[in-house]
Amino acid sequence: MARLQLSKLEKVYGGGFKAVHGIDLDVEEGEFMVLVGPSGCAKSTTLRMIAGLEEVTSGEIRIGDRIVNALPPGKRRIAMVFQNYALYPHMKVRSNLAFGLRLAHVPKAEREAAVQEVARILEIEPLLDRLPKQLSGGQAQRVALGRALIKKPEVFLFDEPLSNLDAKLRASMRVRITDLHKRLKAEGRPSTVVYVTHDQTEAMTMGDRICVMKDGHIMQVATPKELYDRPANLFVAGFIGSPEMNVIDGQIEGTDFRLGGQVIALDEAVLNRMHSKPQEAALGIRPQHMKLSAGNGLTARLRSAEFMGHEVYLHAMLEGKEITTVAGAAEYDALDRSDERIRLTPDLGHAHIFDRQSGRNVSLPLAG
Amino acid sequence: MTDISHASDVLSSGADGLAEARAANARQIRNAKISAAVRYIILFGVGLLMLYPLIWLVGASFKTNAEIFANPGFIPQEPTTEGYVKGWETSTPYTFGRFFLNSFLIIIPKVIGTAISCTMVAYGFARFDFPLKKLLFGSVIAILLLPNVVTRIPQYLLFRDLGWLDSFLPLWVPSAFAGDAFFVFMLVQFLRAIPGDMEEAARVDGANSWQTLVFIVVPMLAPALISVCLFQFMWTMNDFLGPLIYISSVDKYPVSLALKLSIDTTEAFEWNRILAMSVLTITPALIVFFMAQKYFIEGLSAGGVKG
Repeated sequence: MARLQLSKLEKVYGGGFKAVHGIDLDVEEGEFMVLVGPSGCAKSTTLRMIAGLEEVTSGEIRIGDRIVNALPPGKRRIAMVFQNYALYPHMKVRSNLAFGLRLAHVPKAEREAAVQEVARILEIEPLLDRLPKQLSGGQAQRVALGRALIKKPEVFLFDEPLSNLDAKLRASMRVRITDLHKRLKAEGRPSTVVYVTHDQTEAMTMGDRICVMKDGHIMQVATPKELYDRPANLFVAGFIGSPEMNVIDGQIEGTDFRLGGQVIALDEAVLNRMHSKPQEAALGIRPQHMKLSAGNGLTARLRSAEFMGHEVYLHAMLEGKEITTVAGAAEYDALDRSDERIRLTPDLGHAHIFDRQSGRNVSLPLAG
Repeated sequence: MTDISHASDVLSSGADGLAEARAANARQIRNAKISAAVRYIILFGVGLLMLYPLIWLVGASFKTNAEIFANPGFIPQEPTTEGYVKGWETSTPYTFGRFFLNSFLIIIPKVIGTAISCTMVAYGFARFDFPLKKLLFGSVIAILLLPNVVTRIPQYLLFRDLGWLDSFLPLWVPSAFAGDAFFVFMLVQFLRAIPGDMEEAARVDGANSWQTLVFIVVPMLAPALISVCLFQFMWTMNDFLGPLIYISSVDKYPVSLALKLSIDTTEAFEWNRILAMSVLTITPALIVFFMAQKYFIEGLSAGGVKG
């Protein structure tokens, strides 16, 4: 129930390796913030610094109006859910849930009431007298969630909590966690959440906002829709969305985008958006916005097709570069595949122009 | 017609095949039985060979002195408890009970002290970073490799200057300060195999380092700690050299020295008394071992954490 602010947060390890490069991040009260990025992008390190499990080299962590840098984890009013549950193996579920309260000298009756309430919310009442080794993965994760919930913390921290579960369970736990977040908000005690994952589906479906990280830098912080529609740079463009955005290298000459022997005429819609004209440019366009066309458009050589049910992913080579496009199943059936050549028309309204050198999206308004 | 005869051929060959398979199975089962029988006979024979001295010891403690050397078998012809009765009385003003008490006065503080101090030191080495950690841990390993004998004289001089000679202190105080590098090393290895997540979860739950140690680490360390206590118990019970060096008054002798005492003081050795008291001496260790056997093995097999 508090705002979380990171400012100029840095982490340098003993060997001089700089893991986190002075990041700034504001998480609003009651917001569900997802930190996402490939492995080694320091998202977990950042989370562990917020939790107090990792020392901060420089910078400031603020929860509510308190600077918590020097506080031990137990005093930061946070709760954390770990990837491998980290339940205390020798304690029954009941004691696992109540451990934090016991350390805080909460009277026994109150503790028991809190355990019952959390158990009811998470539907783990029948499991209270079991040991962690008698639980399945999903049950253990719910207990771990309960252990965080029972403390009524100001900030919830999740460290890849679902990555040890199978795909089906992961999907249902995803819904359960977001529901819980909404429910707490509706009950008038909104909880601030920082959720670390490497899975972009989790990030897109769960987050109010997403913070995309790479090599200890923040690449972009935005809502899922914004990230998808207006990626700030090549990294975000490639990381968010499945199948991946096509990035086609080329040069801008006047109003033309030239790639190898072919030319795309950039229309006003794109040109007006661009705030600079990079020498080495890249055109980014999602597979959904590369339409199959008859007669005109870019010529590509079809390599393979993946049948996904109602649509087909077509993989083709365009001027030596592999690109993907999505076609409807019927459209694919109607396609003349006799010479392996397909014609593609990019929907320039959804295209982005990136500066190859800096990776920045130059077709977005400059950040104000 | 030809088709039918062909089919019957197939059927009969099928029946032949079935019979063959049955015979092969029966052969396999018979072979397994024979091999099991052979295995058990060998194991039983070797086991008996290893245990025979112990069995003989128990048997001989009920024999008369005259019979002990007259008869190699272990079943006494005229069973007598005279060895136990007289042996318990000893040739000193004290009974053997006194010596047992002395032994336990050394063992109990030593085992408890070892468990507590080694756990703390191992926790420190396994979970915290502090200056000179590598050097200090290196010296723990170095102590592990050092033969005991080389430290005997400096230790003796130290304890003499402290005025601890002829007391139990030199026998247990060093261990209560994690003086047994072997146990520290064993616990460190065990702790390293336990993932640190539970401890981090405890810290997030508000536990400080001591609470984490007591509530989380010690319960997970229990199998290893039981092994440590068992080892310490048995080694101290059997320790002869330590008490021999530091203890000079007979009233402070532990059982290991008391056994030797009965050999020293009588000219014609009363072997059945010595054997009877030997049986009593090994009994506590045996009882403790069998009681804690399950945990003992769990603790020794490193990384006793189930996934």
